[in-house]
This record gives sequence, C-alpha cells and structure tokens, in this order.
Amino acid sequence: MGCNCNQEAEEKKLLDRKGFLTKITVWAGSFIGLVLTFPLVTAMLDPVTRKKKKVWRKVGNVSEFETENFKLVNFENASPYEWSEKIAKTSAYVRKKENGELVAFSINCAHLGCPVRWEKESKLFMCPCHGGVYYKDGSRAAGPPPRGMYEYPIRVMGQQVEIETEGLPITNITS
Amino acid sequence: MKQQLKKIWNWIDDRGGFSELFKPLTTHLVPPNAKWNYVWGSATLFCLVVQVITGISLAFLYQPSADVAYHSLQYIEQQVFLGSFIRGLHNWGASGMVLLMGLHMIRVYINAAYKFPREMNWITGVFLFFITIILAFTGQLLRWDNNGVWSAVVAAEQLGRIPFIGDSVAHFFLGGTTINGESLNRFFAMHVFLFPSLLFGIVGYHVYLVFRNGISEPPEAGRPVDPETYRGWYEDLLNKKGVPFFPNVVWRDALFSVFVLLVLIVLAYFVGAPGLTAAPNLTNVNADPAPDWYFTWIFALFALLPHEIESYVIFFGPLLIGIVLFAVPFLSNRGERSPLRRPWAVAGVAFTILSVCSLWFIGAKAPWHPHFNAKPVPQYSTVPNPKPSVKRGIELFNTMGCLYCHKINDHGGIRGPGLTDVEKRLTKNEMVIRIVNGATNMPAYGGTLSKDQLSDIIDFLSQKDKSGAGGMLENK
Repeated sequence: MGCNCNQEAEEKKLLDRKGFLTKITVWAGSFIGLVLTFPLVTAMLDPVTRKKKKVWRKVGNVSEFETENFKLVNFENASPYEWSEKIAKTSAYVRKKENGELVAFSINCAHLGCPVRWEKESKLFMCPCHGGVYYKDGSRAAGPPPRGMYEYPIRVMGQQVEIETEGLPITNITS
Repeated sequence: MKQQLKKIWNWIDDRGGFSELFKPLTTHLVPPNAKWNYVWGSATLFCLVVQVITGISLAFLYQPSADVAYHSLQYIEQQVFLGSFIRGLHNWGASGMVLLMGLHMIRVYINAAYKFPREMNWITGVFLFFITIILAFTGQLLRWDNNGVWSAVVAAEQLGRIPFIGDSVAHFFLGGTTINGESLNRFFAMHVFLFPSLLFGIVGYHVYLVFRNGISEPPEAGRPVDPETYRGWYEDLLNKKGVPFFPNVVWRDALFSVFVLLVLIVLAYFVGAPGLTAAPNLTNVNADPAPDWYFTWIFALFALLPHEIESYVIFFGPLLIGIVLFAVPFLSNRGERSPLRRPWAVAGVAFTILSVCSLWFIGAKAPWHPHFNAKPVPQYSTVPNPKPSVKRGIELFNTMGCLYCHKINDHGGIRGPGLTDVEKRLTKNEMVIRIVNGATNMPAYGGTLSKDQLSDIIDFLSQKDKSGAGGMLENK
C-alpha cells in the first residue's frame, strides 16, 4: 500500500494537458473569428466612414429667383461614387427673401423625410405622406412634423447662386 | 434492375447515414390531438422555402445597382418568361410569411405554449419575428422605383430617432449621409446575404427545439404547468398516448402547405407584385411613398400621433414591443395554459388585433393625405348663379389648398371636416377665427389671405345649400 502519488501526478498532468489543449482551441477559434470579422466590419463601414467633402453647387443665376415663389432647383450631392448617376441628384426650394437674402429649404419633410410640395397659391409646403404642412418661412404649420424645414447653406458668387451640399437632414428624437 | 437500385441505395444509406439521421424524426412521438391549429409554424417555414427559391430566381435576373436596378425590374416584369409571376410569388410569399408568422405567434401565445420548458422556443421565435420583418422591409426597398427610394429615406429618418447614435445608425443604413450609389447594394447585401444567413441559423435551432422540447400538448383548463413535474408528465403522456409525428401528424402540415402554395400561385398570377412607380428620382417631389400592407398600420400611426410625442413613440414603441415580447416567457412560465383561464391574455391579443386592424383600415384610406389631384368644386352644381363674391370664394377654395383637405359635395380631401353644410355648424365669425388661426392639423391662413379674399371665402362657405339645388332659390 504505497501512496499513489505517481498516479495522481499522472492524472494532474493529463488534466493540465487537457486544459492546455482546450485553451489552444479556444484561442485559435477566437483568432480566426477576429481575423474574419475585421474585413466584414470594414466593408460595412467603408461607405459610412468615407470622407465626404462638402461642395458648393451652382443652382442658377440670382435673377432667376423671386420673392413670391420658390423655385425647385436640382443639384448633385457630394456622393463619392461615380456610378451613382441620377440617384446622386437632389433638390432644394430656393426663394429670395423680402430683405433680398436667398434661402434654400431641403425638400425633405422634417417628419419622416418625404418630399414636400410647394403650393404657390396658398404659399404652403405640403407633404403627401402624413400631411405635414409648412409656411413660406419654413416653420411648421400643421401635421406631425416636430420642427420646421431644414435649410441648406446658400451664397452668391458673382451672379451665380450656390448651395452647399449636405447629407439627408435627419430629425432626431429631441428635435 | 430494382434489386440493383436497392443495392445502390443501401450502400448510400449505410455510408451516408440517412435513415439514422431521419429515423428519430419519423418515429418521434407527439401528443395526441395536435391537429389543424398546429400547422401555422410549418406553413411559415414553407413560405420561407418559397422565398428562398423565388429569391434565388430573382437574383439571377435582378441587377442590384442604383443606376440600372429599375430597368432590370422592368425587364423581369415585361420580358422574362414567367418573370412577373416569379416576382409576384416572391411578393405574396413574403406577405404569406408575415401573416402566417403572426398567426403562429398568436396561436402560441393564446395556448401559452411558451411556458416551461419551451421558453427558448419563444425567444428564438421573437428573433425570427424581427428578422422576418427586416427582410420584408429591405425587400420592399429593392423594388427600386420612386416609392422604394423614398421608403429608404423614411426608414433612415425613423432610425434617426434613436437617441445619441441616431445619425450614425441612419448613415450606416444608407451607406453614407445621403441616398447614393452605395445604398441599393447595401440593402441587397442585407436582404440577400446578411439577414437570410442569420435567419437560417435561427430557424434551424428553432426547429431543433421543437423536436427537443416536444410539441406542446393542446391545453386543458385546470391542468397547470408545473416545472417540477412537467417533463416527467409529458414523457408519460407520449409513452401512453403519443402518436408518431410521421406520418400521423405531418400530413396536415403537408396538405396545408399545398393549400398555401395554391393561394400564393393564384395571387401571384392574378394580382402580381405591386406595379412599379416612376423611375427612382430624388428630385421628383411628386412622389407619394407608402409602405406595403404589413406596414400600413405603422404608417397610419405615424400620421395620427400628436406631433409632440411622435418622435418618442418612433423610438420607444418598437423598443417596448421588443422588450415585452422577449419578456413573455419570463413573466410567467408556469400555471394555466388554457385560454379559458387566461382571459387577460386573450383580451390583450384581441385588443392588439383590433388596434392594428383599425389602423390598417385608416391607413388604407389615409385621410391625412392632402388630395393634390382633387377635382375643383364646380360653380354651377354647387351654387348656381352665385354672386360675384361667392364666385371668387369658390375659386379661392379651389386654388388655396382648402380643397386638398376639405370636402364639398364629392370634391376634395378628407383630412379636415367636410364643409358642404359648414354654415349649420359655425357662425361667420367662427369660420374667420378658424381660417385665420388654423388648428393642430390646419395651417393658419391669416398671413396668406387678404381681407377681401377671406370675406369672399366666408361668403361662399356660409351659403345655405351648397349641393346645388337650393342655391338657385337662395340667389334669386
């Protein structure tokens, strides 16, 4: 009857070995997972994180814009993709204010982004989706929008009116 | 020959282990009386199969690129042999999947099949519910017409309501700060690769759980679930009264799937997929985006909520629905299963169904939608021989946008109250106050109308009979 220290040591060795091999497998698996996830995440994020320059786009001559009415102008957004073609175009409503300054409103309703229409007789912007209505100055008149219309930066260079491209105006929860 | 074939099969089965793999399924015992109310889940799965097959077919024909997707859709609709039918089947298959999934979920909830030991069945089911909804929506975006691009804008705006990271999530969804050349193939990658692969994995696990935990026996009032004893009791039930799943039970699933297929084929052939609207164009403000039927009730909700709380509902609403759904099996996983003993559960389902159906009904009518194309109110049949001010009033009513929201006789929108007999409800003064100041859902016209114009409109609105007949006497 001796001590079976030998056997115990043997068992401990086996257990150590088992633990070690488990660790190796888990590490290998995690490594593979990480390596493969990385390009997946970067591919999904590239279009999002890609730097977009803001650009000034010419939208017409100063004389084209009136005080009484908005003019719908089209311009290309700052999309960096050559294959965007027509889908990179967007619009704004431009008017000369009573004090002579120009103002450019985004066509997107501040509620859920649908395109609002300018009704020149009643001097209102109306949204087809959920019935949002705005006054001529862009402030909310009726319906579900939580705020007024969004504006684009606008400037006059010589006789040319230019709008600075912006992303789609996103209304946040606290707007 | 037959001998030969049998030999070949035996070899394949011996080395391939098919019988071994499927035998547990075929001999699997299920509780008696699992009848027609147990077909909803398998029918949902069947719709998924239809979606995979029609989806692959469409992927062979569709060009997921922002500039040509619309053309390829027209090519599918007009030139491809059976193209329109395949698109129709994919569209109605999606509708079927959403509907049957809803019925499956209602059945499981009403019968409390989510209780012990089937909590994980429910939780995986909730994941499948959300992924299916995402697939239904992203699929709608691939219909890259003017409605499709604007729907993407609307979705981005909803994501934008998430606190703090709303902008980033919206931009992640669009693939940039605007809709652009990258947006459509993102939606395509999500709809065709990302979410389906998640869905398949979870569907596999969900079905495995159905076999592992067993089909829930039809509930009986007064026979509560006790986690301590349930598993033993269930096994006992199967041993005593269980029937083999194959073929005693599965034949109903098979027959019902055939029925679903026939319905889908009829719908795909005779109704087809929603027609394409104009080419995608974000400069075309004459768009009228509306979602497919399964989202119409949300669309209605967004139009009807008070604007002060709406942004909060857009964010907290779905969050709350998610939390409640995931919480269901944790709120009660024991006790009565029979709907007869769970009146509040039944009432909750009834209330939900009623609310959603009412919103659907309103959403289909969309009364908040300004009727931009409403026919103008004609002078003669409204007020024959009007005096000049009334004549001008009718003209103003037609041109100033009143018509878009208010109805006179058969002309005009229905957002605001009808005005055919408004003179009976409001005095001239009250009309002036309303027109000048507006209301929650009506713009104030004080800044737009001149004094004369206002008085002309009031003259018209206060005419006694605007249905034409009495007006003649009035003005004699």
